[in-house]
Amino acid sequence: MRWGVLQFPGSCDERDALAACGRTGAEARLIWHEERDLDGIDAVVVPGGFSYGDYLRAGAIARFSPAMEAVGEFAAAGGPVLGICNGFQVLCEAGLLPGALLLNESMRFSCRQVDLIAGDGERLSIPAKHGEGRYYAPDEVLDGLEANGQVAYRYAPGQNPNGSARDIAGVRNEAGNVVGLMPHPEHAVDPLTGSTDGLRVFEAAAAAGAA
Amino acid sequence: MPRARVLIRPKEGILDPQGKAVERALPALGFEGVEHVRVGRVVELEIDEPGRLGELCEKLLANPLIEDYEIEQLDGAA
Repeated sequence: MRWGVLQFPGSCDERDALAACGRTGAEARLIWHEERDLDGIDAVVVPGGFSYGDYLRAGAIARFSPAMEAVGEFAAAGGPVLGICNGFQVLCEAGLLPGALLLNESMRFSCRQVDLIAGDGERLSIPAKHGEGRYYAPDEVLDGLEANGQVAYRYAPGQNPNGSARDIAGVRNEAGNVVGLMPHPEHAVDPLTGSTDGLRVFEAAAAAGAA
Repeated sequence: MPRARVLIRPKEGILDPQGKAVERALPALGFEGVEHVRVGRVVELEIDEPGRLGELCEKLLANPLIEDYEIEQLDGAA
């Protein structure tokens, strides 16, 4: 198992993601945003940060990078892709995931440990840190996501930090191989920082690929 | 080169916290009776082929899922 972790100018969580992949027992390497070659990569992380300064809208510029074009082809072929925070925003902007992430309802950057409920009911304790994490999609799209089991993670009741529709913290595509979430599983991989639940998110994403 | 201005605003029905904050601040300054404040952005540009402005807005300047846009051609360009 070999992960590729994208690195844009302005990414800031790619090294934690790399370390997290390593802790699942897999190999991992960084993929610079100008690279198109995903040969030998079994799963991709689009990491958190502020790609290209997040100018215009978060993730709007990064989606046009050569590496993201390659990720689009990789995802279309069934390869597993995990987008975290800014990576989730990039995947939404790229149309690989439904919906969009808007300015937090509070207008404040929110940084706190939150409980997530995974699709299978498992409860995970993972930090969330973002200013633009309010998940939005039209009601009929939200209904479809719920009906198809595409809501991958929800904030536990009362813990929605940003005003996301229906407490949605993360979604997956219809095929199930692309998943994105706002909280940061790569920051919850060591007992020293209170939780290792983040590893489950990496493992679940890797297992979801059809490749 | 023909100039254009693109107005981008949050779609109707989408909560706009910036607009809300501005709306809440106004009474404190003595501006009563202001409602439905929406904050968007303006992009001004020069473009060889103004006919491509719509495509350019759809692909990059606006996210059509969450934003509406209006194109104004300046200089009387066609």
